Amino acid sequence: MTSVPTVDPEAAPSAPAPRRAHRPTHGRMVGGVAAGLAEHVRVDVFWVRVVLVVTSWFAGLGVIVYAALWRFLPQSVPVDAHTAHGVPQRSRVETGQTLALLALGFGVLLVQQDLGLGLGDRVLWPVTIAVVGVALVWRQADEAQRQRWASDSPEVPVVGLILGSGGRSGLLRLVAGVLLIGTAVSLLVAQAGGLSTLLSALVAAALGVLGIALVLGPWIGRLVQDLATERRERIRSQERADVAAHLHDSVLQTLALLQRNADDPKAVVRLARRQERELRDWLYDDERTAERTLRTAVLEVAAEVEELHDVSVEVVCVGDVPLVDGTRALVAATGEAIVNAAKHSGTDQVAVYVEVTGSAVELFVRDRGVGFDPESVPADRWGVRHSIMERMRRHGGTAVVRSAPGDGTEVRLAVTR
Amino acid sequence: MNGAPPVTASGGVGTQRSVVVVDDHQMFRAGVIAEIGAQVRVLGEAADVDSAVRMILRHPPDVVLLDVHLPGGGGAEVARRVLATSPETRFLALSVSDAAADVIAVIRAGARGYVTKSITGPELVAAINRVADGDAVFSPRLAGFVLDAFSGSIAVAEVDEDLDRLSGREKEVMRLIARGYAYKEVAKELFISVKTVETHVSSVLRKLQLSSRHELTRWANERRLI
Repeated sequence: MTSVPTVDPEAAPSAPAPRRAHRPTHGRMVGGVAAGLAEHVRVDVFWVRVVLVVTSWFAGLGVIVYAALWRFLPQSVPVDAHTAHGVPQRSRVETGQTLALLALGFGVLLVQQDLGLGLGDRVLWPVTIAVVGVALVWRQADEAQRQRWASDSPEVPVVGLILGSGGRSGLLRLVAGVLLIGTAVSLLVAQAGGLSTLLSALVAAALGVLGIALVLGPWIGRLVQDLATERRERIRSQERADVAAHLHDSVLQTLALLQRNADDPKAVVRLARRQERELRDWLYDDERTAERTLRTAVLEVAAEVEELHDVSVEVVCVGDVPLVDGTRALVAATGEAIVNAAKHSGTDQVAVYVEVTGSAVELFVRDRGVGFDPESVPADRWGVRHSIMERMRRHGGTAVVRSAPGDGTEVRLAVTR
Repeated sequence: MNGAPPVTASGGVGTQRSVVVVDDHQMFRAGVIAEIGAQVRVLGEAADVDSAVRMILRHPPDVVLLDVHLPGGGGAEVARRVLATSPETRFLALSVSDAAADVIAVIRAGARGYVTKSITGPELVAAINRVADGDAVFSPRLAGFVLDAFSGSIAVAEVDEDLDRLSGREKEVMRLIARGYAYKEVAKELFISVKTVETHVSSVLRKLQLSSRHELTRWANERRLI
């Protein structure tokens, strides 16, 4: 157990990525080492803890292994760093169980002391206190790292690096940890040479820390700064790479196609129009992931007709509503109306105007083409127009066609929201 | 000047208008000049803010064709700097950008109209003539922006000034323009004269430029796509 490597040697060499042990960010008791190991070797976490406690009886081996693994096993990155805090941490039963195990383990250690098999009182207590202190500080370091993941800002605030945004509790944990370690060291020193040695040792230690801070302070500061710059740079270059990749897939391809189709004006216009639309979507529309609304649906329909019938459709929208039954019928009817205009008007410009008012949605499809006299059109040419009207009527809407020869055509569709 | 040249007619009435074309794409400038060069007098071109301001002040044209996106601060910056010394200059914004924030910014900086770059040559000439006459030119898209920005999404209580509201007639005119109607057609539809339509549009433009409602800018920023 003690020699469990961080990389499973059993992992098939052909596997794309070797299975690596991680310390889970939730469900941990102290540092998540036991939980991580249990997950990795697929045994119940209880047995891992038992083994760790039992090995601690032999010159503290379990504790040393635990500490080593805590340092070397990476924390697993939470699936969603932002919600990791909401995950239930651990069950009450597990907590009780682990506490009992720890108490048992420590009890056996004390018995060993009494039997003269252990480290001796002079060492055991300072070491125990130091271990608790170190655990507190490391725990806080984990916490801070997790918060940094959650914030994903390129800045590396020096204070935040240590404390995270835990604020007071983080600070408390840190101070308690440092105090415990200090106490442990003081105990050791005091035991070795009495109180007077302790004082001079403390002064010496303080001076040493001060000196190191003076020497290393600016250097650490610059390191932090460099880290932030480097991170920002990386984000930027990644963005640039994304843009380049996108342009390559879209614009450059289209330009190549345009050159090849240079003698076919229709194809050129179609290609250019499609590329323009696509690029615009990419540049301006950050709502792609959002649900489909009336506006996006109308834009989509217009784009489809543009594509199929070589016309340009200008869509102007005022207001927006979610797609429901009535508006969906409206969108379908709009598609038919635009196709009609594209086919029969003789122009290649169609204007679509959508307005959402208090209680209704109005939509106009207008062309400046040849137009026709609605009174004198033979019944068979009315087919599509009737189907538009029929569709709107079924959904409680209306459709009105206005046209005159030479004056273009306008279809007005309306439906209550 | 009869003040009502039909939008689709090519060429203006009377004298040729003079223009300066400001756009950072040389190819686009050449294209525009080739298309409208016969009907207007092109005094010069410029590719960035500084040279544009110098050019316009040295050769004051009837109309400046202004690209919204320019190196050195954008079309809005050109309009602001020129209008500071020469408040009579008239700007027509010409853009591929559909971003409401850009359009509103250049209009509020003083442009008298906004058309997209897909506009045809004759329509562009008509728009130039209209702006030169002191009227406003609204594309369907700009009209849509205006309706959206001035729509009821903002509580009436906050809207106390006349500047922050569109009259019923102005709304009707905007709605028809958004539907793709030319001024002439709007006039026919509403049984008013073209001159009256122009008056309404100009008054909407004034409100767009002067309205102190900060919601307008916020609205534009929120609405990155038409």
